[in-house]
Amino acid sequence: MFRIFGATLLLSLREIRRHLLRSFLTTLGIIIGVAAVITMVTLGKGVTASVQDQISSLGSNVYIIFPIRNERGNPRPFDQADVDAVANQIAGVEVAAGNVSTSATAFHNGQNWASQVEGVNSEFLKAQSIELTEGRPFTSAEESAGQNVCLIGPKVVEAIFVPGTSPLGEEMRLDSVSCTVVGVLEERGQGGGGSDEDNTVMMPLKTVQRRFTGSDDIQFFVVKYDASYSSSGIQTSLIDLLRERRLLQEGQDNDFNIIDTAQVNQALGAATGALTAMVAVIAGISLLVGGIGIMNIMLVSVTERTREIGIRLAIGALAKEVQLQFLTEAVVLCCLGGLVGIALAFGMSFGLASAIDVPFLFDPMINILSFLFSAVMGIIFGYYPARRASKLDPIEALRHE
Amino acid sequence: MSEIPLIELEGITKTFGSGAAAFQALKGVNAEVSYGDFVAIMGASGSGKSTTMNILGCLDVPTSGIYRFRGTEVQALTRDQRSLLRRRYLGFVFQGFNLLSRTTALENVELPLLYRGENKAQRREAGLKALDMVGLVPWAKHTPAELSGGQQQRVAIARALVTEPDVLLADEPTGNLDSERSVEIMELLTELNRGGITILMVTHEEEMASFAKTIIRFRDGVVERVEQGAGRHAMHDAGMTV
Repeated sequence: MFRIFGATLLLSLREIRRHLLRSFLTTLGIIIGVAAVITMVTLGKGVTASVQDQISSLGSNVYIIFPIRNERGNPRPFDQADVDAVANQIAGVEVAAGNVSTSATAFHNGQNWASQVEGVNSEFLKAQSIELTEGRPFTSAEESAGQNVCLIGPKVVEAIFVPGTSPLGEEMRLDSVSCTVVGVLEERGQGGGGSDEDNTVMMPLKTVQRRFTGSDDIQFFVVKYDASYSSSGIQTSLIDLLRERRLLQEGQDNDFNIIDTAQVNQALGAATGALTAMVAVIAGISLLVGGIGIMNIMLVSVTERTREIGIRLAIGALAKEVQLQFLTEAVVLCCLGGLVGIALAFGMSFGLASAIDVPFLFDPMINILSFLFSAVMGIIFGYYPARRASKLDPIEALRHE
Repeated sequence: MSEIPLIELEGITKTFGSGAAAFQALKGVNAEVSYGDFVAIMGASGSGKSTTMNILGCLDVPTSGIYRFRGTEVQALTRDQRSLLRRRYLGFVFQGFNLLSRTTALENVELPLLYRGENKAQRREAGLKALDMVGLVPWAKHTPAELSGGQQQRVAIARALVTEPDVLLADEPTGNLDSERSVEIMELLTELNRGGITILMVTHEEEMASFAKTIIRFRDGVVERVEQGAGRHAMHDAGMTV
């Protein structure tokens, strides 16, 4: 049986080569189906990874709270008292830290560089899991006094500091405010809002409020909570507390928004799942159509080669041997289609990934699965034609013109 | 020779179709063929000679009656069992040659060995030996389209011989050949028969039948008579009774 299989395999390849165009057109459905599935899954993974990367830059178990418009009018900013109330009055909140930012030009060493200045305290770095590559965070004395110290992002270091020397202890100027560099921020890439997190200079919150924005306003604040607490419970307490502090009446909408990174992750997962399901349906239809094409061409092949089947039966081929021959041909056809589809998908997903700027994440599993699936297609849709071939009457088959 | 005859037919009937459209092709055929015989089956079209040949070749089964091949009752066998019998004991030569096109002469000859599960080297050796018997070794790599009719029929004979069968069944083997090629093929068959192989041949040409040792004449679905053939070039070392 094994030897017959080897010879059958060769025979199948010969038959396919003999009808190259026909074989190609027949397997087009399988090729497109396989290529579509792999491309969509590969790109989906890339997009998910890219978005998750941005979300994780916000930190985990973190809420981001910012004011929005409601029916009473323009957004009303928070202040430090709001942040402290959240930190002190809600159980499960580990850290609450405000942020205020504005654009500023950085000067040093005769260079200038358009950047932004963020007013934050050490708590903010902790909540957002921002690490320093050198130096130290602000001390509480620096924060409460609003001293002119700063942490600088890697892009700023690159732009205006002398390469190969440490910027620690150097004086630099932001617009008209001079400050001492005490630390360098790690590289974080693009932020959730699309801003460049690496092109930033951080100063203590109070310093920025005094020297740059000129008010006690806080643009947004982050809340890091203990993961063992229920997220929805904390959120409810947060809403109640903030509504009370902002004197909202019953029936009035919240004039602030809470973004929950866990929820964003979940929503993203659901969206990806829906997309995958849709792709699966499209691919399923494409593969079904492809499979019917395979069945059709195999039936044609059986009819064309009726005489050959008669000869094989006359010289003593068993029904199952004839069946195996045609089944092998269908499977080989589908597998070749699968391989072409995989190659196509590789090229397409590589090209598209770089076009839409997401990482190209090659997933061996989906490639192997797609290949196996195309082989199974060959078995399913080759079975009936092969069975039909094996059931032919040798006398009738030999007489066939 | 063995005590049991090679082939025994007892009251073989064959009906095609059913009801009003039913047609009885064989109406009770009795015959016996011994080992080593060279039998020509003759008769007009519709006399039942091809139907008998299909039954003898285990390609078809009788509607009633008993067909014993080497003592085995063939009509009781399944389709696959009959395939195994053909694979082991029978070789076929057809009027239309029936070679696989776009496949070389040697590959055509090797084909039956593939179903016997022999390996590539064994197949090659036996295939070349069979081609040598029909004098076509130089043509081993040619496809049927590149061979003459006579050569194609020789390849078909080599394919039938490659398994060293007991019986060679030839259905109008010279039907598509001119008279000179026909005689060559008949001389080849006669030579093979001398080597010990039993030959059953359907023909409607008296000249070809004259090479056989025994001639069975069919008429209207029964055996009309059995004659001693001229046995041209043949030795009379085996007999046949009815």
